[in-house]
Amino acid sequence: MIDAIINYEFLQNAFFSGLLIGIIAPLLGVFIVVRRMSLIADALSHVTLAGIAGSLYLSQTFTVLALINPIYLGIVASVSGSILIERLRTLYKHYEELAIPIIMSGGIGLSAIFISLASGFNTDIMSYLFGSVSAVSRQDLWVVIAITIVVFLFLYTFFKEMFVLSFDEEFAKASGLPAKTIHLLFMVVVALVIAASMRIVGILLVSSLITLPVAASMRIAKGFKQTILFSILFGEAAVILGLVSAFYLNLAPGGTIVVTSILILLIVILGKKAAMKMKAERV
Amino acid sequence: MSEPIIEMKNVSFQYEYTQVLNNISFKVNEGDFLAILGPNGSGKSTLLKILLGLLKPQSGEIKLFGQPNETFRQREWIGYVSQKSNAFNSGFPATVEEVVKSGLTKKVGMFKRIPKDALLQVQDALKAVGMERFSKKNIGELSGGQQQRVFIARALIAKPKILVMDEPTVGIDHENVQSFYDMLYSLNKEQNITIILVTHDVDTVSNRISHVACLNQTIHFHGYKQEFDEISQEQLDKWQGHAVRKIH
Repeated sequence: MIDAIINYEFLQNAFFSGLLIGIIAPLLGVFIVVRRMSLIADALSHVTLAGIAGSLYLSQTFTVLALINPIYLGIVASVSGSILIERLRTLYKHYEELAIPIIMSGGIGLSAIFISLASGFNTDIMSYLFGSVSAVSRQDLWVVIAITIVVFLFLYTFFKEMFVLSFDEEFAKASGLPAKTIHLLFMVVVALVIAASMRIVGILLVSSLITLPVAASMRIAKGFKQTILFSILFGEAAVILGLVSAFYLNLAPGGTIVVTSILILLIVILGKKAAMKMKAERV
Repeated sequence: MSEPIIEMKNVSFQYEYTQVLNNISFKVNEGDFLAILGPNGSGKSTLLKILLGLLKPQSGEIKLFGQPNETFRQREWIGYVSQKSNAFNSGFPATVEEVVKSGLTKKVGMFKRIPKDALLQVQDALKAVGMERFSKKNIGELSGGQQQRVFIARALIAKPKILVMDEPTVGIDHENVQSFYDMLYSLNKEQNITIILVTHDVDTVSNRISHVACLNQTIHFHGYKQEFDEISQEQLDKWQGHAVRKIH
């Protein structure tokens, strides 16, 4: 595999993008999970699909647009979706989760229209749905690098504010932090990460890389920083094992990465149970 | 007589069509330990939110440390301890130390990191609430009363002049309420922190408190604790809107 990575540019693209996503998706995922927003990630990924499908349709109709990477329209759709969700959440104060099905079905609906306009599924759209080892371009890698930088800048600047906001929103507001602004920025960054991740794991499975490593980490970590650390470790392990097996077995990486994440989660849950049992027996 | 550090004048507030607070006026002096009592729906939480600048009243005037509430910027002078039960998710993966340290966020300021020596301040704040042995525990592993103390430490670390608490005794076992009040009393006396707490539970009001205000849309009584102990049953009924027995 290492030989192949050195020799083939497409593998470099996929592998390096995967490594970066394996860091940023679980990193933001910790904040998403503790704020009970896991489903928002799912809704946004479906909106991203609408952007991608729209872009693919447009490039079919207007050949000039074929040069434009669909990921850009995906990013635009995802970021607009995140802002729309926020608007809806303030509109339906007592039914905040209502924003999720509205945006999610909107995203899938639009995607369905664009896909049928572009006369059905083709391999392109399949690679966006379930990820791909071979379809990641150098341009995609640059986009992922740029988004990784944005994520690090955001958390470098607002880490302590994000912690307070996630732990206790009322306290954050009462102590005079600009909670609304930071939250909106956070949503935009989440949208960017979703758009970045979909090239590797695919739109339908983006939320897995955001939530599964965090779910495993929370079982064993002590404290917040450790939760982040373990989440990234599990995320990276899933991406590396998933990409390698996808490459050798010729499978969609979205599938192998998710299955690996679930295996990690199971090992952690069962391992912790066994450890607790042994501890109890010793006492 | 010291200057009032909180002053409300004719404050009224309504949510859409419901009048919640009607013409509230009161003052809090530095060093007071005030309990605002009121039955459910009497507007206690709304009053606190107005005080914290989270809600704007339709009319009236509020002054904090002599400055109008709208332009008051030293929010870190007011330490807020939210009502435990609804504010936080008990499975949150954070240690006591991380939670207390986060109380410095506003004070340290945007775009700056919390300094390394903050851990000493964390220990001091935990000591003040008698929780120094728990700093490495996850917050979810503690009992309700212990969590409440940690939240007070989180407010204390920013060295506030006023501590504002929403229903602080909810989630604390009855036998521990007295020691909880003892701890607040020592903060009030030794560190000279003004304390304002709201509670619906008349029974838990301790002798450690210096002042009592009875709220039900409007202030029915505001005075020393001793005076409150002497008010008649009829007055109490009138305030609460229904018959409640006073227990001594």
